[in-house]
Amino acid sequence: MSRLGATFDRLQRLDEKGLITFITAGDPNLSATVPALKKLADAGADVLELGVPFTDPEADGPAIQRSSERALLNRVTLRKTCEQVALFRQHDEVTPVVLMGYMNPILALGIDPFAQLAADSGVDGLIVVNLPPEEAAELNAALSPRGIDLILLVAPTTPIERIEALASSGSGFLYYVSIKGITGADHLDVTDVAQRVASIKKTTDLPVSVGFGIKTPEAAAAVAKVADAVVVGSALVDILGGENAFEESLKELHALTSALKRAIRAC
Amino acid sequence: MYRHRAGDNELPDSAGHFGPYGGRFVAETLMSALDELTQVYQDALDDPTFVADFKTDLARYVGRPSPLYEAKRFAAKAGNARVFLKREDLNHTGAHKINNTIGQALLASRMGKRRIIAETGAGQHGVATATVAARLGAECTVYMGSTDIERQKPNVYRMKMLGAHVQAVDSGSKTLKDAMNEAMRDWVTNIDTTHYIIGSVAGPHPYPVMVRDFQAVIGEECREQCLEQIGQLPDILIACVGGGSNAMGLFYPFLHDSTVSMIGVEAGGEGMHTSRHAAPLNGGTPGVLHGANTYLMADEDGLILDTHSISAGLDYPGVGPEHAYLKDAGRVKYVTVTDEEALNAFRLLSECEGIVPALESAHALAQAVKTSESSDVEDVIVVNLSGRGDKDLETVARIDGVSL
Ligand SMILES: Cc1ncc(COP(=O)(O)O)c(C=O)c1O
Repeated sequence: MSRLGATFDRLQRLDEKGLITFITAGDPNLSATVPALKKLADAGADVLELGVPFTDPEADGPAIQRSSERALLNRVTLRKTCEQVALFRQHDEVTPVVLMGYMNPILALGIDPFAQLAADSGVDGLIVVNLPPEEAAELNAALSPRGIDLILLVAPTTPIERIEALASSGSGFLYYVSIKGITGADHLDVTDVAQRVASIKKTTDLPVSVGFGIKTPEAAAAVAKVADAVVVGSALVDILGGENAFEESLKELHALTSALKRAIRAC
Repeated sequence: MYRHRAGDNELPDSAGHFGPYGGRFVAETLMSALDELTQVYQDALDDPTFVADFKTDLARYVGRPSPLYEAKRFAAKAGNARVFLKREDLNHTGAHKINNTIGQALLASRMGKRRIIAETGAGQHGVATATVAARLGAECTVYMGSTDIERQKPNVYRMKMLGAHVQAVDSGSKTLKDAMNEAMRDWVTNIDTTHYIIGSVAGPHPYPVMVRDFQAVIGEECREQCLEQIGQLPDILIACVGGGSNAMGLFYPFLHDSTVSMIGVEAGGEGMHTSRHAAPLNGGTPGVLHGANTYLMADEDGLILDTHSISAGLDYPGVGPEHAYLKDAGRVKYVTVTDEEALNAFRLLSECEGIVPALESAHALAQAVKTSESSDVEDVIVVNLSGRGDKDLETVARIDGVSL
């Protein structure tokens, strides 16, 4: 069974909701990435999302834009991102890693060579922010025989018939974008999210994760009541991009992640 | 008005593909808005009231048809051919951009969207958007890179006079591409209330086809004017290509005229042997940016490169997907013109015809000089004079060492 499948099975057996953390590869520098991933997994992250730096992150808010800019100063590319996953796999064979990024770096590497590199590096899933399923056939055909899930996004604006179509073509889990907006936005409406997630869950057996705009343990707990997993990104990225020395940042990363996980467990 | 219908063998297909190019590469949140826009646009084309309103606005507000003017002294200096200028510079607000914003403003009204956003480089599209927003009484925000704000000050002030909010964009290269990123971020955030007026034949479906259809009035008029004034079709059409809307608008109604050849002129900046240019069709590779698959200026890792052009309206790393298709199909030839060549043409047209062209359009004029040198005396060249140069006086003065 895939790492993602095993993780969601375990969570279900434990009757527990998942925590998915997001950081950007190479932020604030390349040697930070493996220690940060290990720290997140130690502190209770169930799935690790790793952002692939891109020059034009058009769906991201300021926090993740800046993290991409920091990583690009170190010329961290898709290839180097995969290398970091391979290094992380030397320490951790269990925790799923999902890459999240934009389409152009994948096209530049080539769809098939990328899929092979990702598989060889131990990548479990892929989220391409600017790739709706209508344009995803070729990528999906390269990923699925290699056991990599192409994770589809559902938005507050997605009509119900389309959700049904997304649910039947997606794999791994569905990612519900909890707000109309960009990552890190401030206008999360938990009641609205609850209603939408409930109607999505009626259409699919895939686990449903919710992300965009969830920053605090309280918000994470509220969303975890209705979803299978909660994604937290900008708040963690802000820690890595702060003024603190790296050791200090790792401690903060650990503290926030375990607080998030505790809140989700208690919900 | 040109009508596109899926299934009539015309491109794009119903998903917005021009061969391998185009399509919709956007965040899921935007998909339903793009579906709505596509539907509203298709319905509008079938609605005689819409078509009549569009034509009336173009006639009485924009001042169409724009003249086709034979530039005899320019032609004599340039070379052998006869040179005609399609005078989009005489439109209200001074460029072709208004043709598109008039059309999209009518669509915004039909959708009941009370807020309008746009990206702008040279400021011409920003001004054209602020203008239609003023007329609608709609709230308007225009995103503009801070580098462009610096080099196109008169247009920034014009937008403010028109009641628009000009939002400076400080990320990335601080030019048009970053303004477009920021406009997309605004749009996903305010999708229920806001219509995004993209200023060129770029972006996700339906923008490339819709903007082309609105701009095709340039080519339709030009075709009729050529037949009436010269008694023949032109031999060569020349237009500058930033995103490619003035070029598509001129070219599209002639695509099936096999005797008419077409040249799209990209910004060669400091030369194609340097990295300081903005010519994706000549120096780029296919990829995905801002919602479409098309030629881009990107490095081997797929990261988008900074571009350079003296002209803010051409300073963009992508290009409309239909141009990518026409390039591969060999129907249109795409060339480059440097900053210096464009400046020379800017001065030449000003001095010998009394017309100060936009620096964007000056790229097309510079190519007309090159083409005319190797043409026959009977050849008829039409240059799309996409805009006037008032906005560029400060840039040119600075090069001349004069501060205004
Ligand atoms: C006068 C003028 N011409 C051309 C352009 C380039 O745009 P496009 O290639 O879409 O015509 C601009 C853009 O700002 C412009 O202002």
